[in-house]
Amino acid sequence: MDFLNALVVLSNFVLIPAVAYGSQLALGALGVTLIYGILRFSNFAHGDTMAFGTMIVVLVTYLFQSWGISLGPLPTALLALPFGILGCMLLVLFTDRAVYRFYRQQKAKPVVLVIVSMGVMFIMNGLVRFIIGPNDQRFADGERFIISVREFKQLTGLSEGLAIRTTQGITVVTALVVVTLLFWFLNRTRTGKSMRAYSDNEDLALLSGINPERVVLYTWLIVAALATVAGTLYGLDKTFKPFTYFQLLLPIFAAAIVGGLGNPLGAIAGGFVIAFSEVTITYAWKKVLKYLLPENLEPSSLMQLISTDYKFAVSFAILVIVLLFKPTGLFKGKSV
Amino acid sequence: MSETTKNIALFALVAGLFIATGMMQSWNASLTILNMALISAIMALGVNLQWGFAGLFNVGVMGFVALGGLATVLIGAKPVEGAWTAGGFQILLALVLGAATIVAAILAYAKLPAGRIRNIGVLAILLVGFFVYRAVFDPGVAAVEAINPATNGNLGGLNWLAAARDSSVRQADLFVLLAWPVGGLLAAGAAWIIGKTALGLRSDYLAIATLGIAEIIIAIMKNEDWLARGVKNVSGLPRPVPYEVTLQDSASFVDRAAGLGLDATTASTLWVKTLYAGLFAVVLILLLVMAQAALKSPWGRMMRAIRDNEVAAQAMGKDVTKRHLQIFILGSAICGIAGAMMTTLDGQLTPGTYQPLRFTFLIWLMVIVGGSGNNFGAVLGGFLIYFLWIQVEPMGAWLIGVLTSGLADGNPVKEHLQGGVAYMRLMTMGVVLLLVLRFSPRGLIPEK
Repeated sequence: MDFLNALVVLSNFVLIPAVAYGSQLALGALGVTLIYGILRFSNFAHGDTMAFGTMIVVLVTYLFQSWGISLGPLPTALLALPFGILGCMLLVLFTDRAVYRFYRQQKAKPVVLVIVSMGVMFIMNGLVRFIIGPNDQRFADGERFIISVREFKQLTGLSEGLAIRTTQGITVVTALVVVTLLFWFLNRTRTGKSMRAYSDNEDLALLSGINPERVVLYTWLIVAALATVAGTLYGLDKTFKPFTYFQLLLPIFAAAIVGGLGNPLGAIAGGFVIAFSEVTITYAWKKVLKYLLPENLEPSSLMQLISTDYKFAVSFAILVIVLLFKPTGLFKGKSV
Repeated sequence: MSETTKNIALFALVAGLFIATGMMQSWNASLTILNMALISAIMALGVNLQWGFAGLFNVGVMGFVALGGLATVLIGAKPVEGAWTAGGFQILLALVLGAATIVAAILAYAKLPAGRIRNIGVLAILLVGFFVYRAVFDPGVAAVEAINPATNGNLGGLNWLAAARDSSVRQADLFVLLAWPVGGLLAAGAAWIIGKTALGLRSDYLAIATLGIAEIIIAIMKNEDWLARGVKNVSGLPRPVPYEVTLQDSASFVDRAAGLGLDATTASTLWVKTLYAGLFAVVLILLLVMAQAALKSPWGRMMRAIRDNEVAAQAMGKDVTKRHLQIFILGSAICGIAGAMMTTLDGQLTPGTYQPLRFTFLIWLMVIVGGSGNNFGAVLGGFLIYFLWIQVEPMGAWLIGVLTSGLADGNPVKEHLQGGVAYMRLMTMGVVLLLVLRFSPRGLIPEK
């Protein structure tokens, strides 16, 4: 019984939140890794792209709510998601035409593109704050829990409860659907294959008649969709605040790099590695150990390795450790 | 020759901007912007050293600036009575133990033969070391933070002179100037540790790593209350220039101000700001002369050679890793000095105000816009961009006022636009960066 209780506490506070957070990071990291693989630069504006897409979702959600449209138990934001994706696609296509294409044609060095993306980051950052303001937006509605602590306790008779929030369930399901679609697209369709070919060997791909502008176009479309979905899921799970999205850049990049930049599979693995390390290292283990250890060994402190304020330190430490031992990431990444 | 004329014209233009601000707004506003612009120019020099000379992609500027600020508190503030004996030395011991653990782990990793024994050994050292460290560290912190938590609860600084003085008379305290070089040293120390671990990484990875380190430094400063009170901030730091109140009380100063046709209040604020500007200008000129000398020296040529072709430089027998570490430390130290100066100017340390957009990416903007690789370019960029950063907001407010003048007051569109004026400067900065990169990618004063 004690073991079961410990397991429940562990799932409630560590496993489930980490899986949800990991899915969000994985989706974000997939966007970063695709841009790195195909456009060959680290996009510093990715966090703000996520914020922009999510902002449109939030605004459309508010509009729907004012019209009285809802999805019943599911959050209205899911209904608004396509609009957000569309808006985000328009924005990234516009930035690509107005900004990035010039440097692509110049065959500029990757680091120049990184600096260019800093400029784009400034503009998007200002744009999002200009439109929606810098404050928290709570836009989650519908049923709050799939299963609440009380229901779980009644159901199982355990003394510890397990709560699964709707947003966590939606996050995992959506992430699964999106990732499956993405991999189907990359591995099975002609366009997807040409994208992979372009990523692997640009010259050879050009030689075999692949249209680079088309590849780039599809990449941006996919990245916009991934960024909006990731941002919306994160916003539903926590809240939407522009600055937080900017800060997400760090764990997202850490995830992409740990997995191996340019490798989609690696991005997913990296997302979960970062999420699980962050949550487990900053979790106070006292409650779990209380059930597992004999009574006289019960810990008096919280058994928290590092305070939650240092979660950035965790992403960073994992990043450095992985890079020291595997310089191109866990899965074989590429280096430009 | 024409190039020199162009550069002088550019600097004159920027000077004109400050003079125009002085005439149209107020000289106080102009001097306030100038002081921060001087500090920003120093930060830009530091980044230019790393990026312009050596091509190191450091986006952790904010962290080094914050460390400089921390030095101002640790040096300039009055010591907190009893803090060192209560727990200060214990904290120090814990930090030494923590460092020893890491060194032991590294040594064990290097010395033991590869295999399971090494892995277990290293892990054991780290685990045991961590718990010992926490066991020593936690009570020390608790003891320090228990001292008068409403006003102190931290270690305080080393400014015993100030503690011995009568605090009712507010006077200039030159001791705090010592914090500037110390801020540089602190940043240099951090840069050494970071450089040792992260400089081997490729450019993109280094960028993300430094971004992360800056966030970690800020997180430490926000949460370690024993160090500098965390988000509770340290205020009332001593300053190296006289206080306005003291000046207004001095008869000779009031007389002299009256001679210039100024009232005592305005004259005192102007004088204080001018003194600061003088101090900052001295530091800037010193660093600029040094950076110029470095640029023209064989060392500077070697750095550029490494930047332009690492492999070729290596083939010539240059130790690329060492040189990178060297310049990373130097550049970070300059950012640390600037950070210490900024905290001295503010008179307080507020870790919550350090934001990467303002203290990392804006500095990068200065270097890129001014001209990376050229020290004068970086300085010009520092002045120009900081001026824009501050002045775009009133300009934007004016612009929106004109654009929406047709709309009635209380119109939601008008109110929203007016509320968003503050964020126009972010957009403007982005546009400036993109325009410069597109049409003048080498900056306003390009590298020779």
